[in-house]
This record gives sequence, C-alpha cells and structure tokens, in this order.
Amino acid sequence: MSADTSADPAAATSTQTAADSSPYVVEMRGITIRFPGVLALDHVDLLLRPGEVHSLMGENGAGKSTLIKALTGVYRVDGGTITVGGEERTFTSTADAQAAGISTVYQEVNLCTNLTVGENVMLGHERRRGRTIDWRATHAEAARHLRGLGLTIDPRSLLSSHSIAIQQLVAISRAMVLDAKVLVLDEPTSSLDRDEVEQLFGVIRDLRAKGVAILFVSHFLDQVYEISDRITVLRNGSLVGEHLAASLPRDVLVTEMIGRALDDLEALSGTARREVDRSGEPVLRAEGIGRRGVLEPADLEVYPGEVVGLAGLLGSGRTELVRLLYGADRADTGHVSVHGRPARMTTPRHAIDHRIAFSSEDRRGEGIIADLTVAENIVLGVQARRGWARKMRRSERDAIVAEYIEALGVRPANPDAVVGNLSGGNQQKVLLARWLATAPELLVLDEPTRGIDVGAKADIQRKVSELSAKGLAVVFISSELEEVLRLAQRIAVLRDRRKIGELDSAEVDLDGLIDYLANEGKGSAA
Amino acid sequence: MTTFWKHRLFWPAAALVALVTVNSIARPRFLSITMRDGELYGALIDILRNSAPLMLVALGMTIVIATRGIDLSVGAIMAVSGAVALTVIDGSDDPGNLGTVLVAVATAIAVALVLGVWNGFLVAVLGIQPIIATLVLMLAGRGVALLITGGFITTVNSDPFSYIASGYLTLVPFALVISVVAVAVIALVERRTALGVLTEAVGINPEASRLAGVRSRGIVWGAYVLSGALAGVAGIVYASNIKAADANAAGLFIELYAILAVVLGGTSLAGGKFSVAGTVIGVLVIQTLESTILFLGVPSAQSPVFFALVVVVVVMVQSKRVRGAFGMVRRPGRDGPTGPPGPSKHEAVTGRRTEVAA
Repeated sequence: MSADTSADPAAATSTQTAADSSPYVVEMRGITIRFPGVLALDHVDLLLRPGEVHSLMGENGAGKSTLIKALTGVYRVDGGTITVGGEERTFTSTADAQAAGISTVYQEVNLCTNLTVGENVMLGHERRRGRTIDWRATHAEAARHLRGLGLTIDPRSLLSSHSIAIQQLVAISRAMVLDAKVLVLDEPTSSLDRDEVEQLFGVIRDLRAKGVAILFVSHFLDQVYEISDRITVLRNGSLVGEHLAASLPRDVLVTEMIGRALDDLEALSGTARREVDRSGEPVLRAEGIGRRGVLEPADLEVYPGEVVGLAGLLGSGRTELVRLLYGADRADTGHVSVHGRPARMTTPRHAIDHRIAFSSEDRRGEGIIADLTVAENIVLGVQARRGWARKMRRSERDAIVAEYIEALGVRPANPDAVVGNLSGGNQQKVLLARWLATAPELLVLDEPTRGIDVGAKADIQRKVSELSAKGLAVVFISSELEEVLRLAQRIAVLRDRRKIGELDSAEVDLDGLIDYLANEGKGSAA
Repeated sequence: MTTFWKHRLFWPAAALVALVTVNSIARPRFLSITMRDGELYGALIDILRNSAPLMLVALGMTIVIATRGIDLSVGAIMAVSGAVALTVIDGSDDPGNLGTVLVAVATAIAVALVLGVWNGFLVAVLGIQPIIATLVLMLAGRGVALLITGGFITTVNSDPFSYIASGYLTLVPFALVISVVAVAVIALVERRTALGVLTEAVGINPEASRLAGVRSRGIVWGAYVLSGALAGVAGIVYASNIKAADANAAGLFIELYAILAVVLGGTSLAGGKFSVAGTVIGVLVIQTLESTILFLGVPSAQSPVFFALVVVVVVMVQSKRVRGAFGMVRRPGRDGPTGPPGPSKHEAVTGRRTEVAA
C-alpha cells in the first residue's frame, strides 16, 4: 500500500523512468468523460497492478462500462491521463489499445461464430508461408494457446459448435495471442453455470500467476469476493473508493455502491407504515416459480392495496422474477394463481387478461414506441386489449389521454408530441399512463424511476402511493433501497438469482436491509 | 408560413409533378384526355390503367414493410394466380361464360391467399427472416405455375376475362377501378380501425408491442396474407391483359419495383410508420417514368440504365443528407424541430440490438 504514494510523483514527472518505478501496469488518473448533457465520468482513477485481479463495482449508470471503454479505446477521454507501462497514451481506437497490450472479453462474445476456433484465436496473426497462410502452422499455434488455458478442443471445429463458456475461453486465448498485459473481463460469468465459472476462474488464477493484470466486472457479489484481490467502486460517474477485497466488508461495499443520498421524499414513508389487510385472497400468488439458469424457484404473494418491493442488486433476479410472473419469459417450474384461481402465464396476453400490467426497466427497448405520439402510446395498452377492429372513438381517446397527461403531469402536455423526443421522466409517465388506462389490479413497475429527474421521480412515487391506498396491488423494483423502503410494506430480497427472504419494512431500516441483502445466507448461493 | 415542403409526401409528389411536367413539354398531348364512345382515353389514363398490377402489389408490400418485413414472392404469386385462373377457364366447356370466369378468379385469389398464409406462417410463427421465408416461394412459385400450366403458355379467348384488364366500367377502365377500390379499402381499414397504428407499433418496436399486449403474430401474419391476396389479383389483371398465363414473364421483378415504390413513397425499409398515399405516388412515379422511356424512344437495351438514372436522382433528392449537402435543408440542430427521423433511426438500431440480446 505504501507504494501508492511514492509512485504518484514519479508517474507525473517522468514518463521515461516511470516504467521502472511504477507498480502499475495501467494508471488512469482523473478520467473525465462527457456525453451531451451528462457527465458520465468525473475525475475517476483506476490503478491496475500486474498479477492482480481487480474488480470494478457499481450499479447501472455508475460509469463502469464507460471507464472500460475509455481504457479500451472505444471512447476518447475529455480529461485525465491513461498511462500504460509507464508511458502516457491516447487511444484513438480499440486496435490502439490492443497494440498496447490491453485486451477485452465482452459479455456477449465478440468472436466470429462462423469461423473455426483456430481461425478466431489467430485472426490477424495467421502464420504465413510466403504470401499465403500456412493453416497447419496456424492451427498448431492456436492449439498451443488453447492448451495453455487447459482447453483441449479441436482448433478446426466451428466456434458455434461450442458453449458460451468455451467461446469465452477462446476469446481469452485470443487475448493471449495478442500478448495482453491487461485483460478486461466485462460480465464474463453472466451466462455461465457454476462449473463453467469454476473453469473460468481457474484460467484467471493461472493468468494472474503469470503476471497479467485482470480487470473483472460482475454483478455477482460472491464471485467478486471469490476472485478479486482489489475492488474499485464507482457511483454516478464518480470514484467512491479503492479497497483490498479481503478488508472490505460486504455491507460497506453495498452501501458504497448504492449510496445513501436521502432526498426530499421522506414524507411518503407513510405508505410503508399503512396496514395491509392480508386476510383475503392475494391478487397474485406465485409458488416455486423459476427458470433454469435464470432464477431459482421463488414464492411471491401480493395482496390488494399492498406495495411489495423487490430489493437486490442488478442481476440478482428481481427483473427475471417479474418477467416470469408476467409471462414475458416462460417459467419452467412453479405455478401462479390470480385471486385464488390457477392461471396460465405463458405470454403477456395472459397476464393482461388477468389485469396485470408490467412496465419494463428497459424504457426505450421494451417500453415506448418511439416514433408514435404521446396519445398513441398511452392508448396502446387499451387498444391492444380491445383488438384492432374495435378502434377507440376519438372523443374517448382524447378524454383518456387528457386525463392522464393531467394526472401525471406529462410535459410537454401535447398529445401529438412524438414520444421519442420526450425526456426519460416523461416517457416513464407515458408508460405509467398506458398501464393505468387499462385499469389493472396488479401493477408491476421495474425501475420506474431510474435515470429520471427528481421531480418526475417524486410524481411517480406519489402516484404509486396514491393508487395503492385505493386498493391497487403493486410490485415495485428499484435499485434505490430508500425508495423501496419508503413505498413498500413488504420487501422480498433477492441475490444471485435467488430469493433469499422477505422483510417487513416497518421492522427494518436501510442499514438492516443492506446488511440482509449483503450477508444473509452468505456464500451459499450458486 | 406553413412548411408544406417539410411534409413527408412533398418530395415524392414533387418528383411526380416534375415527371408530368417534362412529359407535357415533350409531348403536348400528354395531359389531354378525350372521350370516345363514352370511354376516356389518353396518356394519363393509360398510365393509370397500366399501373394497376404494380399498385396492388405495392399496397401489400407497404403493409408488410411496415411490420419490418419484406415479401419477395409477390411476382411468383402473380404467376401462380394467372396460371390457376387460365387453367380453370381453359378446362371449362364455356370459356366465354361469366360464371366460369368468376369461378376462375375466385379460385386464383384463394390459391394466392393460401400462399400468403404460408409466407406469414414462416415469418410470424416460425420466426424465419422475411427475406428468406419469402425467397422460398419466389424461387419455387414459378415452378409451381409451370406445373399448373403443364409447361406451356396457356392462352384463352374469353370476353369476360379480357374485360378485367381492357374493359371499361362506364367512363373509366375496369383495371383502374380495381386499383382505386383496393387503395380506398386499405386506406380506410388501416386508418379507420386500429390496425394501422398497431401495425406501426409492431414495426417500430416488436418487443415493446408484445409486452403491451399487442397480438403481433396475427398482425404480421395478416400482412403477408394481404400481400399474397393482392398479388393474386394483380396476377389476374396481368393475365387478362395478355390473355395468357406466362409463368416466366408474369410479375417478373415486380417485387423489386414494388419495394422501390414503397421507398419512393417515403416508407422506411426499417419498418414502422407507413404511408398508403406515399405508395400510390411512388407507383405513379414509376409508371410515368416507364411511359416516358417508351415515348422518348430510348432503345430498349438502354432503358434500364435510363430508368436507373432517374430513380437514383429521385432517391437522392429524398435523402436528408444529400439535401443537407446542397443547402436545401438546414442541418438538424440539437433542439431544432426535425421531428422523428433522428430519434426514430436511433430507436430502430437500439430496438434491434435489444432483440438480439434478449
């Protein structure tokens, strides 16, 4: 640790001699990146040491991928310096970064699945004989690199014939061909099962022993603690801290990731205190609902007038759970009943017929129809229920649209504005309007307040609170735990694709919830 | 001042007006319409009548393209439809009988409908990429048509059948009546019901539409059925015009002209917002251009080059970027009233990505 302080002046003053004295293979200092209207990264430092696994942690929008893209030459920095091997560099392309020894393996494997394993490993570095490629030597070389990672697959087999896990290891072999000093692994485990993760970690440990610096990004806390030597935490584009993994308690990490920014919405906490009558049938009861590789079987009940919060980090299974309930994805275990009667939920239509509404976390991709107007977007849910032949009358449509624009404060209050041009918060209000117009009995909101301004956030929370008081059942997902605590009477906690328990929000505070989320059943998750 | 030139139909309409102007200067009688025996004649009437098959096919194509699809099989379906109709008439004892012709037409349209159902099944149910799914029928369809006619060009002599392409309903050619009725019915059904807006929703963002409860499978399927049926009618009009079923020539390359007409009319190949009026203008531009080429006496070997040159110019005039380069529009500012194209393009891209990732 003492090396930190001694290295700083050396790196700053002399880039020639720094290579000898700097303990870092990559030194990013004061990195600042601006996007139109957004400060994506604000003076962030990242220091990678050879022979170490360094995890980058943070919630969505924290700036993890922006920082990685700055390092790998995808984005140009607006401020700060990147020093690699003691030399200050300005990367203008990913090829630049690769030439400097920085290789990246992305979540979605970026290889050519229609080429052979060997061709992928050696792409651009094929062995030549005169002006032609010596395929025999090329494949032999590929096989050597693959064996180096403990892979004994045939380099002449098609890449697409192998599992994602193997493809990921092939991508790492490719990084080795490029003689990478730094290996960036962005969410490499998100589609791997337990054994495959073990195989990958074995490879990572080997590379670490060979002196490669590894930057690891994952949403799985257990995996991060298993493999990391050091952890850097980002939040909202700023550096929160760098820690040795061994001396960083889980609850401190989670607190740093989520932050504790209390805003002016404390007044709403009355919602969470409201008593809910759970004597009757729940609106929705799910028993053992799950899907292989997505979510372990989980139970959930929601009663009329109740707000159930789902707490958990991104990738914990909170979104996956509600998607299964809604029929957006098909569950392969468990069953669901609505008002005590068994219900089939295999497509969104089934859920909608049972008066369940679901607003996705992916507002642009799965929510708004960007080219259509505010009015068309708002009535889409009702119109879809009625079918194409029974078009809503103009007067009825105008009345509904005017009512919700007013009630939710959509700005601009113009029914003919194209939704794609509205701000995120107003798009979210339009989506909320679309579902409220269908008069649902259960409203499922996945991250309805992410990435929107405080005013819109308050409007949406107030509306949810109001509607639940009138008897609407709500499932509310948010990365902001204060928000969940404020709105929900009951909180289901998920971690690593598993529901780990339920809490009564009257009996738990923020620290208690963070502690539960981080530590309950620690290490047992698969 | 209203910015009528920002309307999305302005440039297609301008291209049509320009073509008509060139023609009326080159041949003074171009615009004149004369009455003979209570029937209208003239160059414009010919263009409108001859455009009927392309109009029918392009209408179906518009709806298919709005769903993010494409239908390459329309030419082949025209060939099959013509073959079926002619075979029924040829095989009957009384080819001149109106009843025979009605049965023939109904059978042909039914067969075309079934082919559309097949296309829609491949795309909407099996999830095969539209270009591949319809390529199957595009390649196989003409073989089927040849099989039906036994490998010959079936010719018939049937007055009621000839009437479809060359007859007059009081003042106007019957083929023109067919295409006007088709345009009117489709424009009404799409806009007076919610079908149009739901089709656009599915085309713009299929996943969001699915989650909103839109029955997107039925909407996509229906688009291909409609396209097949309209191609069937187009095949009958074509066969009636030449009084024969020519499996090799019927509707040859019409799928490409139809796609061109849709694009000229301002509907994006990326799907989503569509314009029936735009397609009508696009068809008329193509048909007027063909008539112009004929009139100017461009040697037939060179006419495709001439056609291509004009189309390239028209498409370039419609391109925002080209107009921007020539200072015809202001560069879209950050907060300028540029409307949907900017974000919509972005959305189309991100929408696709989401689909792949899901």
